[in-house]
Amino acid sequence: MSDRIFGVVCLLLAGFYIYSASSIELGFIETPVGPRAFPYIIGAVLALGGLYPIFVPDERPDWPDMRGVIEIVFATAVMIAYAMVLEEFGFVISTAIAAALLGWRLGTPPLWAAISGVLISVGIYVIFHLILGLSLARGPWGF
Amino acid sequence: MDALFSLADGFTVALTLQNLLLALLGCFLGTIIGALPGLGPSNGVAILIPLAFTLGLPATPALILLTSVYYGAMYGGRISSILLNIPGDEPALMTTLDGYPMAKKGQAGEALALSGIASFVGAFFATWGLVFLAPLLVSVALLFGPAEYFALFTLAFCTLGGIASRNQAKAAIAAALGIGISTIGVDPMAGVPRFTFNEVHLYDGIDFLIAIVGLFAISEVFLFLEHRGQGEASNADMKLGRVTAPMSMVKACAGAMSRSTVLGFLAGVLPGAGASLGSFISYSIEKRVSDRNNTFGTGDPRGVAAPEAGNNAAAGGALVPMLALGVPGSGTTAVLLAMLLALNITPGPLLFQQNPDVVWGLIAALFIGNIMLLLMNIPLVSLFVRVLLIPPRYLMPAVAMISFVGIYGISGSTFDLVVLVGFGVAGYILRKLDVPLVPVILGTLLGGEMEKSLRRAVQISDGDWSVLVGSPLAIGLWAFAILGFIAPLIVGRYFRPKIADSTAAEGADPD
Repeated sequence: MSDRIFGVVCLLLAGFYIYSASSIELGFIETPVGPRAFPYIIGAVLALGGLYPIFVPDERPDWPDMRGVIEIVFATAVMIAYAMVLEEFGFVISTAIAAALLGWRLGTPPLWAAISGVLISVGIYVIFHLILGLSLARGPWGF
Repeated sequence: MDALFSLADGFTVALTLQNLLLALLGCFLGTIIGALPGLGPSNGVAILIPLAFTLGLPATPALILLTSVYYGAMYGGRISSILLNIPGDEPALMTTLDGYPMAKKGQAGEALALSGIASFVGAFFATWGLVFLAPLLVSVALLFGPAEYFALFTLAFCTLGGIASRNQAKAAIAAALGIGISTIGVDPMAGVPRFTFNEVHLYDGIDFLIAIVGLFAISEVFLFLEHRGQGEASNADMKLGRVTAPMSMVKACAGAMSRSTVLGFLAGVLPGAGASLGSFISYSIEKRVSDRNNTFGTGDPRGVAAPEAGNNAAAGGALVPMLALGVPGSGTTAVLLAMLLALNITPGPLLFQQNPDVVWGLIAALFIGNIMLLLMNIPLVSLFVRVLLIPPRYLMPAVAMISFVGIYGISGSTFDLVVLVGFGVAGYILRKLDVPLVPVILGTLLGGEMEKSLRRAVQISDGDWSVLVGSPLAIGLWAFAILGFIAPLIVGRYFRPKIADSTAAEGADPD
């Protein structure tokens, strides 16, 4: 079933891709192969490839149970939130919190997760920023 | 002979203090990356690329650092295979079959030493193969026009889909997805925006480094979250004993090592097949040739030597098409190609003519790194064993955060970080569906060049599409491409690692 859905998604994606390709403006210079031709080919390959799993699906993949799905959604939310607040609060604080949350969800006891989050954050800051001179996000407090 | 002179020049490039230190650092980090389950050569190198790039290392040192990591990871993978029965990365999967039984028999030290020697032999001779084969391939590639290049790119995708994946259709989907991603942004030939949906961030296209780090490294974090608590190292039976291999054992394995080196190298050179295939073929052929008393699988030293020589030789072999043609043969070499492209260096025949110092400096550094690795991996192996005990629950957050740092360092844009997370989720779902990730990466890397060569070829012939099959060379490449895609269907599943049922399959690091 998963494979069939995947195949349908590929077909829809290919349709959308080809449709978008057909609305690419052509440049001022007329050339034998314009900017649309190659996307048409790729869209066709995607559609053809998508047909196969619809008719000959593989075995059902081993999807995570409800707990696993929640964990993954939570981790995704943490990472997106991290990207959002990185420039607001600066590198060190955002990273410590994000690393601690991820560590906690990976099974570290909360206190240890907090400590390891701070260590990871400060460690990266020291190695990459102070020693190697990489520019990291600066928050209102400069770190 | 020219190759030897160039190699001598390469040594003068590689033997600077900075380059030696980078090689040492790369070998050390590589061994750790290889040894840690969950971090393999391709995602390890992927995380380090943005860092090497933002640190402003010039091309040669950056390449030396990363290929040392690549070679090092091939050495490191065996450590957890032998001691814990968990492959540290996919190429080391076959080493568990005889390595772990040896460790259980109390021969862990011997197994580690022997596999270290086998790794050295494989990598050493494969690097010599690279020295002589790459210039030959370059002289052929100089005859290529745009039509031949288009055929060559197609060939790479076809063999990759045919040989290295379990389902050809899914490999084709993966390639189309990757190439599709590469078409996002302003079309360089006509100057019109494509698939940007008026989003300013998309006009420059999607940086392939983001795709690579997201697909390889971030998706790994999700897999670990799902399988929380599984596969953690227990430090129960880690008695190493003396890490030496008796001379008689090395002698008994000499045949296995030499056969496996040749097989592994050939498997590596083939576009689309990487080190995993190298170690698989080496082990299965060795088993056919020399398993007379059914000792394979019960701790036969030859079963440890063969896959280790095979995967290290394949790592060297995979560099041949990457450097000489600009078409990588495996996941990790695709990532190395990304590094070169990010530094504005186009691999391929011109690289050998325009930047011989980069190529030969790199090859010389590989020889030096290989010796460093041998020295590091036998006496210091207990140090790496201790690193193995760091549980993934501390490691994975650090991996995720370092990935974010690298990507943020390139662009300074938080939009890219969100895209990175998106690729991580997509990579996780694709892995679950058994869609190979390497064609996606290869597509994002090569899509642009592939389209350019297609359009150039047809433009030169004034709109005549038959130019694509207009020369014997192009026809030969097409024939090989079709063969590479279809033959595995007919020949059957023989040339493919049977890892589908093992737990390592889905978390497997492609190469």
